[in-house]
Amino acid sequence: MQAVNQNNAATDDSAELKLPSDDQATQHKFDGKTVGHPLSDNPKMSMRNVNVFYGEKQAIFNVDLDIAQNQVIAMIGPSGCGKSTFLRCLNRMNDTIESCSVTGEFILDKQDIYHPKQDIVPLRARVGMVFQKPNPFPKSIYENVAYGPKIHGLASRRAELDEIVEVSLRKAGLWEEVKDRLHSPGTGLSGGQQQRLCIARSIAVSPEVILMDEPCSALDPIATAKIEELIAELKENFTIAIVTHSMQQAARVSDRTAYFHLGKLVEVNDTKRVFTNPEHDLTEAYITGRFG
Amino acid sequence: MDKMQLDKHIYQQYDSELEALQTKLLAMGGIVEQQIKDAVNSIENADSDLAEKVIRIEDDVDLREVALDHDCTTVLACRQPTASDLRLVLAVAKMTRDLERMGDEAQKIAKMAISLNQSGAAPGGYEEVRHMGTLVQNMVHNALDAFARFDAIRAVEVARADKQVDREYKSAMRELMTYMMEDPRSISRAMNILWTLRSLERIGDHTRNIAEHIIFLVKGMDVRHKSVSDIESKVKGD
Repeated sequence: MQAVNQNNAATDDSAELKLPSDDQATQHKFDGKTVGHPLSDNPKMSMRNVNVFYGEKQAIFNVDLDIAQNQVIAMIGPSGCGKSTFLRCLNRMNDTIESCSVTGEFILDKQDIYHPKQDIVPLRARVGMVFQKPNPFPKSIYENVAYGPKIHGLASRRAELDEIVEVSLRKAGLWEEVKDRLHSPGTGLSGGQQQRLCIARSIAVSPEVILMDEPCSALDPIATAKIEELIAELKENFTIAIVTHSMQQAARVSDRTAYFHLGKLVEVNDTKRVFTNPEHDLTEAYITGRFG
Repeated sequence: MDKMQLDKHIYQQYDSELEALQTKLLAMGGIVEQQIKDAVNSIENADSDLAEKVIRIEDDVDLREVALDHDCTTVLACRQPTASDLRLVLAVAKMTRDLERMGDEAQKIAKMAISLNQSGAAPGGYEEVRHMGTLVQNMVHNALDAFARFDAIRAVEVARADKQVDREYKSAMRELMTYMMEDPRSISRAMNILWTLRSLERIGDHTRNIAEHIIFLVKGMDVRHKSVSDIESKVKGD
């Protein structure tokens, strides 16, 4: 449901916001072939020939992309470019949208995640997601984190569950702040703490990949810095894909950067390269703030 | 080339800040260019007044260096430039330093002119000063022009010209040594010319640095400590 709204919102925006409309896009030609290095030698997830439609409208065009193991990949691009849509395909969040159809190959560790027999509940445990707005359950801090492990049967005894909760909160950098009030409501935390609680909740089920859709856009700079610091620590154990509107955030946290433009994947390169000497003119125009 | 443009940011103020960096650097470059020309003339024509002027102008060049550095710092802090914008700010900051050093060398030449006027003319080497002076002035002019046009090919030519300046310097040094051996009384005056040639050679080196910063700015590749032919093939191969 949310993605439908998001899509509509993006379309509405184009009336007021200066989007990279046709007249600007014609200045910089894009022949449809992604430049840079979209593929990886050590992929955790491999996507090939991905096309996504919302009804008649095509949102993603022929995207090939690998997400490398234990790396952070940032997806950037102007509003409506398809970066969130693409991210949401990676754990089949788009399945909930009736008008949305996804084609192409999505491989997670040699396994086709769109296979008809693929159960999406374990898939979403393997590929977790953190959303733009912190969305803790209306339960205690403890229950927020324990919920996933319980339904996936990851703990047989209370002590095991306690340990999962503590380890997850520690990894999310929240333990010290909440250890004395684990049973107070998660919604009573500050925005930044709530977002770290959501990260703790997603890592509690031991995912392999974490998808983050603008995880810091509702947070202040200090909470943002803590999340970014956390991302750097998390990549030792997880593979992370992050969609962000903040180019500086992409520059700070990611190893590789993918630039989307009007549903097409324009460039994928090492982040250092992208922010000092991007290969494609469109990437250059976007990251230097010449349209957006 | 097509990537290099200073305008068309969503923030128009940002456009004008970057354009101001370019304009101010070119203005500083123009002053240093004139300073070098005047310094060489003051040696050739034994013109102490002109030499004094070159020395006075150095203060202005120093002030411009500080102001440009300040502007670069402000853009970095407030705009967090990326890609070609980032390279522009970095290149301007580095070129400013080279230009200031070139101004220092011009000032040294002017001091040699005053000293020669007091001690009497050197036994020779004036022709070499004129010749190297012309070469170096052309290099400076072309480097500033390459920066104004974001022209990497022209910057490669500047780097190549520095090789010739180095060759001229070596041959002029040999000639001056001959004079000094023939007449040891002329050593101190010949040394004044030698220092002048040395300063011109240094100006050539700084101009080559500027050319390398321009290639970095336009092409995004670091070509420092590379041979001219390597630089050329990299720039043209891009």
